[in-house]
This record gives sequence, structure tokens and C-alpha cells, in this order.
Amino acid sequence: MIYWRIFLAFFIPNILGYGGGPASIPLVEHEVVGKYGWMTTQEFSEVVAIGNSLPGPIATKMAGYIGYTEGGILGSFIAMFATIAPTLILMIGMMAILLKYKDSPEVKNLSKFIRPIIAVLLGFMTIQFAQESVIGLGMWSSIILIAASLLLLVKFKVHPAFVILLALIYGAITG
Amino acid sequence: MKNKSKRPGRVLQRDISIAFFRSGILGFGGGPSSIPLVHQEVVKKYGWMDEDEFGDTLALANTLPGPINTKMAGYIGYRIAGIWGCLNAIIVSVIPTVLMMILLLGLIQKYKDIPKVQNMSIAVIPVVAVLLGQLTWDFIKKSGESLGWLKALLLIVLSTVLIEVLHIHPAIVILACIVLVFAPLLKRRKKI
Repeated sequence: MIYWRIFLAFFIPNILGYGGGPASIPLVEHEVVGKYGWMTTQEFSEVVAIGNSLPGPIATKMAGYIGYTEGGILGSFIAMFATIAPTLILMIGMMAILLKYKDSPEVKNLSKFIRPIIAVLLGFMTIQFAQESVIGLGMWSSIILIAASLLLLVKFKVHPAFVILLALIYGAITG
Repeated sequence: MKNKSKRPGRVLQRDISIAFFRSGILGFGGGPSSIPLVHQEVVKKYGWMDEDEFGDTLALANTLPGPINTKMAGYIGYRIAGIWGCLNAIIVSVIPTVLMMILLLGLIQKYKDIPKVQNMSIAVIPVVAVLLGQLTWDFIKKSGESLGWLKALLLIVLSTVLIEVLHIHPAIVILACIVLVFAPLLKRRKKI
């Protein structure tokens, strides 16, 4: 039963996540934190942070890890399978049809029209994490950390992995 | 259709492992950032596909939902070496980093009762908020550019109301959107 739930929790976000791996993050959060309660928002944020610091595709990294915590090695494989297989099979199986309709305006429009919805989901997740940060760290520390990481990430284009490392050091020193 | 490479069997599988391991392990910042690396291996280094075919593959992968990197790896692996090539490419691009992730987070979980470690995991939250904020802005900007700002804003407001105010599951909102986008295609079909 848990394996079926793991499968669903990753199948739904990825079959609907238009716009690559990152687009599926808020949908995964909806299932993992909201629906099944497997993790708290803070635990999920650790997964996103570590996932962002490590190389490789983000969606499968998160699926592999969350599947592992909920259902061991088999759970990990099921989560990754649910993430990767359905759309890959679609791609291989429907290659001929897809090539034929690739230029039709409807197909081209699809990810364009889904994008704003993903933006909304990501936006609310951002707000949720900011709130969580204020609860955990207090207003001032949160503002300082948010401003500092904004500056480093956006202005100085520092790699996210380094910024997360700096935050970890900051946490260790002030803790 | 398959095995366009001059290298046969085992050597080809080894090359596939090397190509997708390299592009996976060096692609920081999620799937899309590794696309140029995949291009480097598949088109420039091994010559498994020409520019046009790679472009087509990328366009198709973009049209379908789900993670882009594994879709590309799986499809390209299948195209050049059948089902084993597909599995090979996926395994080498996914497994190494998942293992790293399980190890690292396991370490954090193990020591999470130490206050310093607790504080470390709290300090990460605002950084993740900023990263997500950046991603949000990316998606908003791209929506505005591709749909026009009026349409994009309308869709944003509408889905905000549906998802956050009326608490409709995002999956249903996305499915409804897919149906609406394809409606004109079906209408056209009926007329013919």
C-alpha cells in the first residue's frame, strides 16, 4: 500500500510538471507535505537545499531520497520509476505522432499555458518557506539571510551550492 | 533506426555510461543546466546525433511533462542502443547523485538533535526561499514573454484564486488547462 502511495505521489506531479524538473517541485511538495504528511516543510526544504547543492537532475534526486525514507530501497526505486518512466515511455512510444504534431500550435502552446500555473505554485511555496524561516530564525535573521542570499545569488551570481554551504556555516556558528 | 554509431555492443554501452555519467554529475542546478553538457557528449564528442536531430529531441522533450534530463538521456540511449542503452543512460545519470543525497541527508538526520545541526538546517530555509523566488520569477518572466503579459497575468490571477482560495488540487487546474489548450484542435478535427 505504501508503495502504491509512493508511486502516485511522484507519478502525478511528474506527468503534470510541464517545464522540466523544477516545475514539479511544488507539485511534489503538495503530495509529500500536504497530502501524505511524510515530511514537514522544514524537512522538505532540507531536501530541496541539498538537492540544489548536488549535481544532476533535481526531480529524480528528490524522488529517490523521499522514496527511500518512506519505503527503503524498493520505495526509492518506485519513486524514481514513477518520476522517469511514464513520460519517457510516452516519448519513445509516441515519437512518430509527436514529430507529426510538434509544430501544431496547440502542442506548442501547452507548456506556455501551464507555465503561469507553475509560477503560482512556486510563488506560494516561496512565501511558505519565507514564513517558515521567520518562525524558525526570527524576523531579523531571516531578513538578513534572505537579503544576503539574494545579493549573492542574483547580483554576484554565486553558485547556489556555495550559498547553501555559507548558510550552513552561519547556522553552525550562531547555533 | 538504432545503433548509428560505428562502435559495436559493449564498447558502445561503455561510451553511453561515460557520456551520461559525465553530463549528469557535472550538471549543477537541476536538469536544464545539463542540457548543454549532454549536447557536448552526444553531438560533438560521440556524434550519435546531428544538430537537427538533437534539436528535434530537445523540442519534443520540452513538449512533454516531467523531468527533462532523464527524458533526454533515456530517449537518446534508446535511439542509439535500444532498451539496454536506455536503461544504461538513465541509471548512470540518476543513481550517483541520489546516493550522495541519501548519504548527506542521512548524516543530517543522524545528528539532528544537536542544537548546532538543528540551527544549520533552519538557516538553509531562507536560502531555499530565495532560490524558489528566483525560479518563480523565471517562470513569470517566461510566461509574460511567451503569452503576452495580459494573458499571463490573467492566468496567474485565475490559478491563484482556484488553487489558494478555493483549494482546488493543482493537478485538476493543470488538467483543465490542458483540455482548454487542446479544445481548438478537436474542433478543427470535427469540421474536417
